[in-house]
Amino acid sequence: MAELMRLQGLSRRFGGLQALQDVSLSIGRGEILGLIGPNGAGKTTLVNVVTGVHRASAGQVIFEGKDITRLRPYQTARAGLARTFQVVQPFPDLTVRDNVAAAALFSGGCASIREANRVAEQQLAFVGLTASCDRPALSLTLAMRKRLELAKALAMRPRLLFLDEVNAGLNSAEVEQAMDLIRQIAASGVTIVLIEHLMKVVMSVCSRIVVLQNGALIADGAPSTVIADPRVVEAYLGKRYAQATADAQVTP
Amino acid sequence: MNWRRDALLLGAVIALGVLPWVGQPYTLRLGTFACMYAVLAVSWNVIGGFAGYPSFATAAFFGFGAYAGGIMLTRGYPLAVAALSAGAIAFAAAVVMGAVLLRLRGHYFAIASLAVAEVLRELTNSATELTGGGMGLNIPFDAASGGGVVGEATYYFRAMWLLLIVTLVVVLYVQRSRLGFGLACIRQNEAAADMIGINATLYKSLALAFSGVFVAMAGTLYAGWVHYIEPPDVYDILYAVKPIVMVLLGGLGSVTGAVLGAFAFLGIEELVWRNYLQIHTGMLGLLVVVLLLFLPQGLVSIGPRLAIWRARQRREAPRGG
Amino acid sequence: MYTLQILVNGIVLGCLYACIAAGFSLVWGVLNVINLMHGSFIVLGSYLAWGAYNTMGISPWLTVLIAAPLFYAGGYLVQRGLLNRVIAAPVLVTLTLTFGLDLILNNAMILAFRADYRSLILDPPLGTIAMGSVVVPVDRLVAMLFALVLTGVLYLILRRSRVGRAIIAVRLDRDAATLMGVDVKATNAAAFGLGAGMAGCAGVLMALIFPISPLSSTAYLGKAFVVCVLGGLGSVPGAVLGGLLLGLVESFGAMAFGPEHAVTLSFSLLILFLVLRPQGLLGKRGFE
Repeated sequence: MAELMRLQGLSRRFGGLQALQDVSLSIGRGEILGLIGPNGAGKTTLVNVVTGVHRASAGQVIFEGKDITRLRPYQTARAGLARTFQVVQPFPDLTVRDNVAAAALFSGGCASIREANRVAEQQLAFVGLTASCDRPALSLTLAMRKRLELAKALAMRPRLLFLDEVNAGLNSAEVEQAMDLIRQIAASGVTIVLIEHLMKVVMSVCSRIVVLQNGALIADGAPSTVIADPRVVEAYLGKRYAQATADAQVTP
Repeated sequence: MNWRRDALLLGAVIALGVLPWVGQPYTLRLGTFACMYAVLAVSWNVIGGFAGYPSFATAAFFGFGAYAGGIMLTRGYPLAVAALSAGAIAFAAAVVMGAVLLRLRGHYFAIASLAVAEVLRELTNSATELTGGGMGLNIPFDAASGGGVVGEATYYFRAMWLLLIVTLVVVLYVQRSRLGFGLACIRQNEAAADMIGINATLYKSLALAFSGVFVAMAGTLYAGWVHYIEPPDVYDILYAVKPIVMVLLGGLGSVTGAVLGAFAFLGIEELVWRNYLQIHTGMLGLLVVVLLLFLPQGLVSIGPRLAIWRARQRREAPRGG
Repeated sequence: MYTLQILVNGIVLGCLYACIAAGFSLVWGVLNVINLMHGSFIVLGSYLAWGAYNTMGISPWLTVLIAAPLFYAGGYLVQRGLLNRVIAAPVLVTLTLTFGLDLILNNAMILAFRADYRSLILDPPLGTIAMGSVVVPVDRLVAMLFALVLTGVLYLILRRSRVGRAIIAVRLDRDAATLMGVDVKATNAAAFGLGAGMAGCAGVLMALIFPISPLSSTAYLGKAFVVCVLGGLGSVPGAVLGGLLLGLVESFGAMAFGPEHAVTLSFSLLILFLVLRPQGLLGKRGFE
């Protein structure tokens, strides 16, 4: 599989806190990569550093062969990266359509506001928000805002999309819908990195999983292998559980 | 964005052009001030209303324009050339300054923009050879004005009126353009704006530049009009605060509101000046306080508010039967 | 040595500046309100001192004690009655509101006292004191000591008293404070009252050193701004540090560039700090 992005020894400090420690990772074109780890592990920080919101303290980010480590957020956006926020960030007073059109206009390659509106309507149809096109973004429910966030990210025509906890706060029916959308997006050629807590989503959608703990990568591989890895179990469930699992594996 | 309302606005302002034929020098003077105030208010609205950054730099731009243009006028350059040059320099300087200052938010940006005016004023004061320093700058009469009280009054009114029309056309265009769209996004959520590919620093700097270019030109016209300027007069902090009050009066974010607010403010100011000279600053203060406490969305909001109030009355009225 | 004299002048001036700015910094840091009336409060305090001395012979050192509760009460009422309505409003609104209030206050003072400068001259004058080659006017020295004491008292009030602790609690986390039973409205009013009280007392001290006129209010306000930015917001030690820095810069700057450039120098320093280190020497990134 062709490599789309490579992180090399990526680190980030915040004062005394080492949020990312020497993270090295390769992301292949067309993958759906799951990024999991306990709370505070540094998953969102990783996305922030890759997209330029925070500067890397050390290391490199190579995207499509080019070093993008020092690029600012608006530049990574135009280079083909998109991300959603864990706490959704719409433009509250703009209409739903305008929210998406803005994304299309400023990094989706649209030449005019009119064209951006057209692209916006397409993406909104894809996520199922056509009926709310003219409503102010402020008036949407949480689930709808998550879909709006997704439509915005897609309107940017990204080659690599970071989805940060898209399923937080959704009920199981909404989660099923979201998973479906994610599969469709991947099928259209977008590489996805999925930050998730819900194991059922990760197991069924991701082709590969990496695990972050305290800023360091502790596992990288196929879903079934990774979740059986005792280090991963220990990170999530504690030493004793991990020991018990390891023992269970040994005794027939 | 209402095409009709904007066309109406432009039309109304253009119609003002008949003033020299119907008014005497006093009305022409009022009209000139009205246009100048409108230029200041509409300009401030670009950085304060569109972008959401509370700038107090208007005084800096105005004073700079008055002196830069004024000095050129003393050297014999025609009014248009002096004004355009002052505007061009102000624009460029604002882009550079903006890249630095607009990294600050809220209060810090407000103070920084205010401090710039102070520093400029002191520098102008010290550069006595160039600017006349504390003794002021005398600006000769412009031959093109034709001389005489009426001739002068008409000439400067026309100049300020033209400036207002140009300002309106440019600002209305910006509002509908990519830049305007971007600024609206920046105002509502700057982090999200960054993430969707908006170069926020550039856009904010451009907003600051647009908020300064016409103000600087107005400063030049003002200098030519009054023939004598001194630093505490043209760098007066009131030139930074009055446009804000005008915009708040008319309705933040709306170009029409800015113009309405400017005209309304001038009307109130004239009334107070003529009748309450000794307490006119106090009255201005009172206006500000009342405005902010009771009508925070400005005059433009009176219509919608009245509608809401009436709807509530109807709902709460006892039903018959 | 000449330099030593300048240094001492700078320190004396710096302590006075710290006193001017401490209350302003408190209000800005805690309430996130830039009180543009601060300068006028100081001038009002000066007039109080002048009036008390010239009509009733009350020594300024005593007037300080009178000014404190008087201005505290006034500030409390202004905040509770007016400013509290816009406490959550954007920067623009609070700035413009206090500007408007200041216009009213200033205009009132001009009407009441006239704009011409007057001075509070102690009779008999306190003279000067010489320590080695350094000469310091006694009234400045005593004023400086009072300024330090006042600033220290403010610090203690914030740290030790109930009101002070409530103020800090609200500043750190408003909602948590409410859950703990803190009356936020009263606390905000108290904070503003403290700021006004400090301003009034500072004004009494200033009356001994600087000429008194409503026209000086902008100058005092400007100093307060610079000290806050230099030292960091909402922090009394910050105000002291910022004040000393400004005092020293002005003293040495006056020697190097001439006294007429003191204001330009201080504002240039302000801009420099805003660009490079907006949180000041001691402040933390927090309120904007």
